[in-house]
Amino acid sequence: MKIAVCVSHVPDTATKIKIANSGKDIDPSGVTFIINPYDEYAVEEALKQKEALGGEVTVFSVGGDANKESIRKALAMGADKGVLIKSENELDSIGIAKALAVEIKNEGCELVFCGKQSVDYDDSIVGQLLSALLGYNCVSTVVGLKIEGNKITAEREIEGGREVIETQIPVVITTQKGLNEPRYASLKGIMGAKKKTIEEKSSANVESSTEVIKMRKPAPKQPGRIVGNDVSAVPELVKLLREEAKVI
Amino acid sequence: MANNILAVLEQREGKLKKASFEAAAVASKLASELNCDAIAVVVGNEIINLNEVSKYGIKKTIHLKSSGLEQYSTSGYSDAVTAYAKTVGAEYLVFANTSLGRDLAPVVAIKYDAGILTDCTNIEVSDGDVVVTRPVYAGKAFIDIKFKSSKKILTTRPNVFKAEANNSAGAPEIEVIEIQSPNLNSRVIETKKSEGKIDVSEAEIIVSGGRGMKGPENFHLVEELAEVLGAAVGASRAVVDAGWRQHSEQVGQTGKTVSPTLYIACGISGAIQHLAGMSSSKYIVAINKDQDAPIFSVADYGIAGDVFEILPALTEEIKKYK
Ligand SMILES: Cc1cc2nc3c(=O)[nH]c(=O)nc-3n(C[C@H](O)[C@H](O)[C@H](O)COP(=O)(O)OP(=O)(O)OC[C@H]3O[C@@H](n4cnc5c(N)ncnc54)[C@H](O)[C@@H]3O)c2cc1C
Ligand SMILES: Nc1ncnc2c1ncn2[C@@H]1O[C@H](COP(=O)(O)O)[C@@H](O)[C@H]1O
Repeated sequence: MKIAVCVSHVPDTATKIKIANSGKDIDPSGVTFIINPYDEYAVEEALKQKEALGGEVTVFSVGGDANKESIRKALAMGADKGVLIKSENELDSIGIAKALAVEIKNEGCELVFCGKQSVDYDDSIVGQLLSALLGYNCVSTVVGLKIEGNKITAEREIEGGREVIETQIPVVITTQKGLNEPRYASLKGIMGAKKKTIEEKSSANVESSTEVIKMRKPAPKQPGRIVGNDVSAVPELVKLLREEAKVI
Repeated sequence: MANNILAVLEQREGKLKKASFEAAAVASKLASELNCDAIAVVVGNEIINLNEVSKYGIKKTIHLKSSGLEQYSTSGYSDAVTAYAKTVGAEYLVFANTSLGRDLAPVVAIKYDAGILTDCTNIEVSDGDVVVTRPVYAGKAFIDIKFKSSKKILTTRPNVFKAEANNSAGAPEIEVIEIQSPNLNSRVIETKKSEGKIDVSEAEIIVSGGRGMKGPENFHLVEELAEVLGAAVGASRAVVDAGWRQHSEQVGQTGKTVSPTLYIACGISGAIQHLAGMSSSKYIVAINKDQDAPIFSVADYGIAGDVFEILPALTEEIKKYK
């Protein structure tokens, strides 16, 4: 089975964000970038399925040269090869999905893994967009997966529980925490990753369907009120919640 | 003048969801500002509260009906919604950003050749253009963003837009369109409900516990407060990773994003990844014995004290008014 896994390269979630001079993006200087945390579940699942079904795992990432770092991380975990899709202009989710669809189709992958969400723009849609572009089935936010022949049985998280979905390969699966425990890259894996190839492609003619007008920081919140430091503050707190906030 | 706006509503077990009424209210407001009509669309089999839609400013509701589509199906629902959007030439489609909306809306976007913006927290019309605000980088920044495409899809963050029912609304107009042999390439075969619990992503009030609760055996204090408030129980990642609570209760970047009217954080430090999931709550209360804990910087009210003393007293005090 030819398996694809899509990874994005994102600021570490603990980093402070500064707005760039353009006023439309973040200033990347001094920001540590990492593989998108949800994509580690996607890489792990791709590797597990390869171990079970045989085949090859190709890592795809859309962005600049810096994304090679996240591709290497996936290669170090055990993926076989990488494809960096370079884009001239900043792409939105539809642009990214279109660029991925072209190369995944070229590669002939019928089992595709994405994270459920990229923690930069937090769109949570690239996997679903990609499935529709490829004409594949899709199950998003997956926390349990079984593959038997062509049949897919996947559990996805919903409000108040889970739903079990039945579908078939070809399919795009987006992974949620709980699906698996991503493996650590071994030293051997890290060394081996340096020898694996990362092919470079360009996403010609892909356009975004949206345009950022402005990025800004949230307005600082007024410091709250510490009502007290022991049980004697409880009646006052309840009074505030009832009479000032009117929420209980 | 824009073309039609569709509010794509969600039913579960034959009942429309609250988040969908919010999406309906957004669609109806947009329609009045853009001087066009809003139509509600819902896919399902028997639906019991279809006539409630008109209370949110939408006169016409289209029920795309099939017994095969009683339960969610990405393939079947997306085909049905796309086909209807094509017949009326809809310019905007509005979905709620729920687990279903987030799965369905992007697939419809491709099938209908529309642009898409998800998890919107503000939607405004300026010079005939819709400008959307949405959080990025886990709420550490916001973007104002607009469409370049001619067809446009929006998903609204639940609990952010108000859906106030207006009882003076006229009689609802409901049209049923039977869907013949729906595309069931993917379909739900079973739903596993977490029994009797309110989900954090749908709750008006959430009481969350963190590592300051010291152990799973103390969470009854959180549960009892939640009980008197009719609230859901939430948790920080630290206590989920420790196995004290289930992941479905986790609030934050790798858990759920919530916007309740009241969020009570008990023994939670307020790490940036936790704040990412709850900072858009309307009111935040923090109970933490460390006065310098970062949670206080987002809290509206706080008690800098011991959860083991405060929680039982708070539960008792609230009972007086219930
Ligand atoms: C990629 C990534 C994703 C993450 N995603 C999430 C996420 O989704 N959600 C999330 O919550 N975290 C997430 N985290 C983890 C986050 O960084 C914190 O580690 C976590 O939120 C801490 O949980 P806590 O507040 O319960 O514990 P702690 O930080 O240990 O805080 C416990 C608090 O309890 C207080 N306390 C102790 N005893 C008492 C008492 N008797 N009475 C009152 N107060 C008391 C302490 O003063 C302290 O402030 C993520 C981290 C990473 C790196
Ligand atoms: N630039 C990118 N390159 C490759 N994959 C991506 C990229 N952006 C997003 N993805 C994939 O799509 C998933 C969801 O991203 P998003 O819809 O942006 O939240 C991520 O977890 C990745 O698997």
